[in-house]
Amino acid sequence: MSNEPTSADLTVHDGEHALPERFEDPGLGPHVARVGDTDPAAAKRSERQVVAMFGLSVLGTVGFLVAYFVVPADGTVEGVRLSNLLLGLGLFLAMFSIGIAAVHWAKTLMSDHERVEARHPQRSDAATREAAVAVLQEGAKDSGIGRRGVLKGAVVSAVALAPLSIAVPLIGEVGGDWNVSKFRHTVWTKGRKLARDPNGTPIKASEVTVGSVFHVIPEGLEEEEHWIEEKAKAVVLMVRLDPAVLKEAPERKDWSYEGIVAYSKICTHVGCPVALYEQQTHHLLCPCHQSTFDMADGAKVVFGPANRALPQLPITVDDEGYLVAQSDFHEPIGPSYWERLK
Amino acid sequence: MSPRATTGARAAGGTADYLDQRTGIGLAVKSFARKIFPDHWSFLLGEIALYSFVVLLITGVFLTLFFVPSMGVVTYDGPLATMRGQEMSEAFASTLHLSFEVTGGLLMRQIHHWAALLFMASIITHMMRVFFTGAFRTPREVNWLVGFVLMILGLAAGFTGYSLPDDVLSGNGLRITDGVVKSIPIIGSYLSYFIFGGEFPGEHIIPRLFTVHILLVPALILALVGLHLFFVVLHKHTQYPGPGRTDRNVVGYPLFPVYVAKAGGFFFVVFGVLALMGATMTINPVWNYGPYDPSPVSAGAQPDWYMLFLEGALRLMPGQGTEWVIGGFTLSLNVLVPAVVVPGLLFTALALYPFIEAFATGDKREHHVLDRPRNAPVRTASGVAILTAFFVLILAGSNDLLATHFDLAINDITNVFRALLFVAPVVAFWATKRIALGLQRKDRELVLHGHETGRIVRFAHGEYVEVHKPLDDYERWLRVQHEPRRPIEILPAEDERGVRRKGYRRDLLRQRVSRFFYEDRVEPVTPRELAAAHSHGAHDSLPTEGSAPAQIGSDGAHRGPDDEPETTDSTRIDVVHG
Repeated sequence: MSNEPTSADLTVHDGEHALPERFEDPGLGPHVARVGDTDPAAAKRSERQVVAMFGLSVLGTVGFLVAYFVVPADGTVEGVRLSNLLLGLGLFLAMFSIGIAAVHWAKTLMSDHERVEARHPQRSDAATREAAVAVLQEGAKDSGIGRRGVLKGAVVSAVALAPLSIAVPLIGEVGGDWNVSKFRHTVWTKGRKLARDPNGTPIKASEVTVGSVFHVIPEGLEEEEHWIEEKAKAVVLMVRLDPAVLKEAPERKDWSYEGIVAYSKICTHVGCPVALYEQQTHHLLCPCHQSTFDMADGAKVVFGPANRALPQLPITVDDEGYLVAQSDFHEPIGPSYWERLK
Repeated sequence: MSPRATTGARAAGGTADYLDQRTGIGLAVKSFARKIFPDHWSFLLGEIALYSFVVLLITGVFLTLFFVPSMGVVTYDGPLATMRGQEMSEAFASTLHLSFEVTGGLLMRQIHHWAALLFMASIITHMMRVFFTGAFRTPREVNWLVGFVLMILGLAAGFTGYSLPDDVLSGNGLRITDGVVKSIPIIGSYLSYFIFGGEFPGEHIIPRLFTVHILLVPALILALVGLHLFFVVLHKHTQYPGPGRTDRNVVGYPLFPVYVAKAGGFFFVVFGVLALMGATMTINPVWNYGPYDPSPVSAGAQPDWYMLFLEGALRLMPGQGTEWVIGGFTLSLNVLVPAVVVPGLLFTALALYPFIEAFATGDKREHHVLDRPRNAPVRTASGVAILTAFFVLILAGSNDLLATHFDLAINDITNVFRALLFVAPVVAFWATKRIALGLQRKDRELVLHGHETGRIVRFAHGEYVEVHKPLDDYERWLRVQHEPRRPIEILPAEDERGVRRKGYRRDLLRQRVSRFFYEDRVEPVTPRELAAAHSHGAHDSLPTEGSAPAQIGSDGAHRGPDDEPETTDSTRIDVVHG
C-alpha cells in the first residue's frame, strides 16, 4: 500500500468494496529456529545439562538413603525435625531434578515444529444418528417391553425396591439410638459439685477471688459412661464479678453466689468452647467466630454471629463451702436446632 | 526387522507383537502416540491438580499403613515428653507415632497435607482459567460439570482428612460442623446423629471419616478424573487464539515424545516442590495442639485455606435477630445463611454458568479457540466479582489474625468486611468490565495505528507527526480474530395479524440477559476500518529516507530540508514544546 498522502489514495480507500467483512487468518507463522537447531555445540551443551540434572537426581536419592540410615526419627522434636529436613531435601533433589531434566530435554532437544491436526464435529452425522435410533428401536422391539406393560411395571418395582435391603438397616443403625432428646440434658444435677477442668478437684467459693475465671466440669465426670459426650455438653465457665457491676434478672437473683456466676462454655452459635475471658470488660469471646458475651449481664450477646445468651447454670454452696449446682441448665445448651423449644 | 537390530529393539518388538496379538494395542498407539496437544503455561494448572492427587495417593498409602483410625482411649507412653501420660484416642497416638517414631513418616504427613492444599489451589485456579478463557463453552459443558463435582469432592477429601488426627483444632472444626448441621431445618438433629452415630463426638466419627477419606472419596475422584481426561481426549484440547489456530484444527506438539517428557517431567517437578515444602515448612503440628478434648480451644484457630470462605461467612453474619422461632420451631438463619445458603448460591451459580451464558448468546456452535478474557468483558467481570466475594470471605475467616497482626479492633474489621462483601464485588465487576473494554480499545488502537516508534517527523508545512509502525499480519490477527458478540434481536410480541406470539416471554428474558452481557462492547477492527484509518492518517507510516519533511534535531533547532533527516525519540520533542 502506498504511504503517500495523496488525494488519489483517499479515493481508492473510500471506494473500497472488495474488502472482506473480517480479516483473514494469515496461517501459522514461520518457525523460529532455536540455538540448538543450528549450532551443534549448543545442542551438545543442552545434552550435557540434561545428563547433569539426571545425575543430580541420583545424588538426591543416595542422599535420602544416607539420611534414612544415619538420622532416624528418634522421638524428639529436634531429632525428627533434622531427619525430616534431610529426607525431604533428598527427595526434593531426586524428584525435582528428574522433572527439570525431562522438561529441559523436551524444550531444547526435541523437535519444536508445531503440527496441525484436524478436528471433527462432536455430533454424529445424520446417518449414524438414524442408525443408532434404528438399533435401539429394534432392540426395544426384540425385548417386547412396549407390548408387555405388566412386565415393565414389574421390572421397575423390583429394581426400585431392592436397594431398601441395604438402605433400611444402614439408616436404622447409622445414627445409634436416634434419641435426639439427649441434647436437652446434661449431667448437672442438684448438689453436684463444680470441679476444676481437667483435674476434677472440687472448688470452694472462698477460692474464687473477684475477677478470677474457672474452667469447670461436674465432679466425677470421668466415671460417667459416655464421659466425653457428657463433657462436651457440661463444661462451664465460672467467674466472680464485683457485685456492683453484676446485673441479674429478677428471676435469676438466686442463681449466683456472692457474685460468682456460671455459664455454659458451649457457644450458642455453632458450639465452640467460649474460652477467652477479658477481665476488664468482663466480656467472653469465642475464638472460633468472635461471638462476644457479657458475663456481667446474663452472658448476653454483645457482638458476633451468636443470637442467644449462654445458658446459666444455677449454683450455690453446700455445707462445706463447695460450689454446687442447684439443678441442670434450664434450657438446652449449645447451638440452636429445629425442635429446641419443643 | 533389520539384521543389525540391537537386542533391546528385538525385545521391544517381541513384546509389542505379543501385546498386539492379544489386545490390538497397535491401533491405540497409532491413534494416540502422536496426538497433538497445544502448549500454554495455563494448561499446566490442571496438571498440577492431577499430579498433586497422585502425590496424595502415594503418601496417603504410606500413612494408612501406620495410622490407626480408632477413638479408643489410650494413655500415651511414647517418646514425646510433653504428651507422656496424657489420655488420647488411638488416632491421635498413632499420628504421634508415625510422626516421631517412623523415619520419614512426618515427611509423608507433611507432603500429604501440603499436597492437599495445593490440590485445592490448583483445582480452583484451573477452574478460573477455564472460566476466564471460555473453555467451558460447547462442547465442554458436561466436562465443566465433571470438573465442578471434582472440586466438591476435593473439598470433601480435604475436610475428612483434616479431621483424622483427632487433635483439638480439627475436633473443634468437627464441632462447628455439628453446629452447622443441627441448624438445618427439620432434619438437623437427625443428620447430626447420622454423621456422629449418636451424640457429638461419639466414638464413630474418626473411623467413618477414615473410610470416606481413603475409600469413597478417592475412588470417586479417580473415576471422575478418568472421565475428565477422557473428555479432554475426545474433544481435543482447546487452544489460545493465534495465527493458524481455528475451531476446526488443533495446533501443537505430539504427545510422544514432547508431552511424555514435558508432562511426565512436570509430575516430578510438582512432587519435588511438594517434597521441599514438606521438608522445610511445618504444617499441622498436632503435637503442639494436643488430643481432642471438648473443653479447650486455641485462639487464632484457622481451618485449611479452602474452608476459610465458609468460616468467614459464619463470622460475618450478624447474630442479633437472625434466629427465628416459627410455630415453636427454631430457624437459625445466623448459621443457615452463611454455612448453607451462601455456599449453595455460590456453587450453583458456578455450576450453571456455562448454561446461563449459552442462553444469553443462543450460540450452539462448537468453540475450540479460547477467548482472551478482555474479549468477554461481562464474563470476566462476573468471574472477578465472584472471586472478590470469595476473597473477602477468606479474609473475614482470618479476621482474628488480621486483628492481632495489624493491631486492629476485631469488631471494626468484621463490620468493614460485612460492608465489603456486598460492595467489593460490585466495584470489582464494574472496574473489571471497564478495564476489559479499555484493553479492547487499546487493541483497536494498535491495529488501526500501529506501534508507536518514538520517531517524530516534521513536514515541510510545519506539521509534526510521530511515525507509527503497522502491525504485521500475525500480530494483527491476535487482535482481530474474535467474532463481535452483539445482543440478540428477537421477534416482536405480536405477529403481523396482532396475535400474541408463543415463546415471547422466554425470548424477552433471553434478550435481557443478552443485553446485560453484550450491550457495552468494543468490536474488533474490520479490514474496511483499517483501510479507512490508513487513508486518513497515511502520514503515520511515513518512510524515513528521502522524505520531504524536516525533522526535529536533537538540539531542538529547526533544520532546512537540505539537512540530513534525523530522528529523535518522543521524549526529546517535549523539550521543544517546552
